[in-house]
Amino acid sequence: MAIVRLRGQLEKLAGGGSEHEIEGDTVDELLHGLESTFSALEGWILDERGVLRPHINVFVNGEPAAPGSAVEDVDRIEILPAISGG
Amino acid sequence: MTELLVGTRKGLFVLRGEPGSRFEIVARAFEGEPVDYAMREPVGGRLLAAVTSPFWGPRIWFTDDLHGGEWEPAKGVSLPKGGDQALKRVWVIVASDDGARLWAGGDPGVLFESRDGGGTWELNRALWEHPTRPRWRPDSGGLSVHSIAPWPGDPDRLALAISAAGVWLTDDGGASWSHGNAGIVADYLPVQSRATAIDLCVHHLERAPARPQRLYMQFHGGVYRSDDAGATWTDIAAGLPSDFGFPVVLDPADPDSAYVIPVSTHDRVTPAGRVLVWETRDAGATWTPRGDGLPQRDAYLQILRQSFDGAGSGDDLELYFGATSGEIFGSSDAGRTWFEAASRLPAIASVRVDR
Repeated sequence: MAIVRLRGQLEKLAGGGSEHEIEGDTVDELLHGLESTFSALEGWILDERGVLRPHINVFVNGEPAAPGSAVEDVDRIEILPAISGG
Repeated sequence: MTELLVGTRKGLFVLRGEPGSRFEIVARAFEGEPVDYAMREPVGGRLLAAVTSPFWGPRIWFTDDLHGGEWEPAKGVSLPKGGDQALKRVWVIVASDDGARLWAGGDPGVLFESRDGGGTWELNRALWEHPTRPRWRPDSGGLSVHSIAPWPGDPDRLALAISAAGVWLTDDGGASWSHGNAGIVADYLPVQSRATAIDLCVHHLERAPARPQRLYMQFHGGVYRSDDAGATWTDIAAGLPSDFGFPVVLDPADPDSAYVIPVSTHDRVTPAGRVLVWETRDAGATWTPRGDGLPQRDAYLQILRQSFDGAGSGDDLELYFGATSGEIFGSSDAGRTWFEAASRLPAIASVRVDR
């Protein structure tokens, strides 16, 4: 299983742990799996349509990834707010 | 001591002070995030805030302890999962007079209800699934339920306003909804389509507590009064310098009272650089400008629909409004004189008064 690293509010909502093993062959599957594992995260990363919120970035092994990007068992995933200004 | 809950583009500011003096910032929350609305539940005093995080989406938060307590995210403030729409923003939170029910309005044209003080919410399905919904149109701010007017003593009776889908009425607790648009003239539509239009851009709606069948409305071009609980409307804008504006505030003791802040139609700021609140005490037959203490030159303020509120009643009515340029002006004598309560805040989206 891939390892998902959460920070800040997401870490808190997931019960305090920063790293979690989650199953999924793609980023999208993994994010849905994360929501299923930690129901308090529902609506934070994916909206009601199941779409990744527009200003959230997902990285796989440090590289920007899209919902359809493949995920391997050894991969490390990070979910971070996008750079913003103003 | 008066408390102001001020929602801004950069977080919630809680200010306290004595009317006539500068108010002090006593607390901040959600630093850096847009707080669209904040209010205090009237019975228990719980604070609720509508926050639209640019990252994590819109949410209602609550706390029972402003100083040191945790803010908790409320549950149920979302649309049905797996559909084709997502909640964009919560515009307003309103309590019944006994505090037993809370309602929240949002974009896209949705109403939520809470019966546990704001911890959990349920989507109003009858409005969400209304057969006319495909004909509803958003205005530039979205498709928003921004005004909720409960009937004192009868929480099953509500009036809502939606931009731009007109006035909606229920007398069965939200199980069914009917339109209340008769008499409203949308001069931004072709003449031929005005009679049957439902894409009506109401800017704000308030109910007179002392005569609940009476409502006042600031429309997108027009100020209206209804004396039959929102079924029909009469234009009362004659005498105002502009019929365009956003908020409306009433004196709870006087159903013939209303306060509006007209802005220029073309640029939506205070006309000619003068800030004036206009008051009626005869249900809109005549209007009186109130500007003593307000800037009367070079002041082009933008005052949003949730940024004007009052507390108390009669001669002791306190009024406060905020501008997107960060000032808050107040009056402790029902609008006769004004003072600057605060300045240099981030762009103000909402002001709610508690005392």
